[in-house]
Amino acid sequence: MELGIYSFGDVQRDPKTGQLGSTAEATRNLFEAIKLADEVGLDYFGIGEHHTREMPASAAPVILAAAAAVTKNIRLGSAVTVLSTDDPVRIFQQFATLSALSNGRAEITAGRGSSTESFPLFGYSLNDYDELYAEKLDLLLAINEATDTVTWSGKHRSALDNALIVPRPDAGSLPIWLGTGGNPQSSVRAALLGLPISYAIIGGQAARFAPLADLYRRAAAQAQVPGATIKVSVASPGFIGEDSAAAKALWYGHWHEIMTTVGKIRGFAAPDRQHFEHEASAGGALFVGSPEEIAERIVALHHRLGHTRQFFQMDLGQLPQKHFLRAIELLGTRVKPLVDAQLATDQNKETADA
Amino acid sequence: MPSAVRTIGILGAGRVGTALARQALKAGYEVLIASTRPQAESALIVELLAPGARQVGTEAAARDSDIVVLALPLGKYRSLRPETLAGKIVIDAMNYWPPIDGILPEFDRGSSSSEVVRRFLPQARLVRTLNHIGYHELEEQGRPPGHPERQALALAGDDADARQAVAGFIDRLGYDPVDAGELAAGQKFNAGTPIFGAQLRHDEMVSLLQRDSLQAKAAE
Repeated sequence: MELGIYSFGDVQRDPKTGQLGSTAEATRNLFEAIKLADEVGLDYFGIGEHHTREMPASAAPVILAAAAAVTKNIRLGSAVTVLSTDDPVRIFQQFATLSALSNGRAEITAGRGSSTESFPLFGYSLNDYDELYAEKLDLLLAINEATDTVTWSGKHRSALDNALIVPRPDAGSLPIWLGTGGNPQSSVRAALLGLPISYAIIGGQAARFAPLADLYRRAAAQAQVPGATIKVSVASPGFIGEDSAAAKALWYGHWHEIMTTVGKIRGFAAPDRQHFEHEASAGGALFVGSPEEIAERIVALHHRLGHTRQFFQMDLGQLPQKHFLRAIELLGTRVKPLVDAQLATDQNKETADA
Repeated sequence: MPSAVRTIGILGAGRVGTALARQALKAGYEVLIASTRPQAESALIVELLAPGARQVGTEAAARDSDIVVLALPLGKYRSLRPETLAGKIVIDAMNYWPPIDGILPEFDRGSSSSEVVRRFLPQARLVRTLNHIGYHELEEQGRPPGHPERQALALAGDDADARQAVAGFIDRLGYDPVDAGELAAGQKFNAGTPIFGAQLRHDEMVSLLQRDSLQAKAAE
């Protein structure tokens, strides 16, 4: 099981003055976190494109390229690239460059993105939401699958006629995942395109995604797309501390902060502590607790979903950097060995039973 | 006394439609689901995500059910055929949500999106409800009557019998129905109101709905 982190580049808050830290500092903090994640043996780090004062990670490939130079094994990706408001040619070029610099560790997770601030920023209309996404995904995949030049036409950008799009990754193409929040049609779409799928499980009971993963695999089995990569990853909020109760108490404040901010924008009431405790206990979508507890919950979810990667968003609501770094360390040094050992035991038991 | 509600027809097989289907099946209803997706795709979605529901066409879902639920994206409401919903009890579970959907001018004039939908479906017996609770919460937070944690769901519509039938449905789904009155009152549980996305007990819901009415009167 691969374990990792994703981040939107959360800024700090000065505990004395209450002032928000700079967006430049947040960018450097993110770089530091990726470097540590590699050192402690984590498998993946994803940056989710955002364009806000609190979450300024707007240029993921730039940070990832810097990180590529100081890391050895960790895979570097977007989580997600807001495909609808970017140019697939440019996305491919940037991640192919990252791939070359990192010896093939670059990945793209394409998604609609849960926040919509990039639409006015880049001159797109939310009314074209579905159409933009479909068209840009089509172009991105056309570029990725190309062996030579690309010829393509669509409605939302100029056509390409035998266009050379370089650099090309050593492996010929980039791993591209489809990111989804659980819309059934997205699971079918990923299957029909032969793409691996990444579920964002950010609320409710995590196992409610099990039927969606079944849907994805069944649709893939029916479609039989040549060269398909059928695998599942899970992105969820989470935080790890030595002591479960202390980790939950600390992280609740930051989670509540972000839920309040998002709630104001989207017009819903922020969930309370009771709601948090429910979702942060066994079965819930919030993976907050001690290393042993989180390892157990990852394994339990694996038995329902069959996912091969799970990665966590820890730095939100202005979580102090030192806590973020400590949680990354615990994920790599404590949770990962526990998960690997438990899955090996389960595997042996299954073999013995069979 | 309206006749017993046995069959629920759901238009839309997305997150909301499939979650509602599961909850209705759990409550013992027969469930029909219609989707505009290709037939093989819809069949697989219904088989795996709402086992026990029957996948049918839109017209059959409307014709053969006692309550029809609109669980499609609001922007697609014009794909409905008004004549198939004439005389039917119809739950509008849709929302106008500009931060997600962008500005849609026809919905951007106060009141609730259900009033725009009613103009398009003048003969449907429209009830606005199920729009202010998240789809996964709907499945996870239902409780039996009298349970101390049982939450309330508001409903509004112009047809009193339709409201009563929908209240019975809400009750069996595991929630206390709170009748807010005519469809115009449905704006009290739009996105951005204190009710939207909140977990409220019966008394809290009643007092929030009343407080809004008092404020509106005071403003007049």
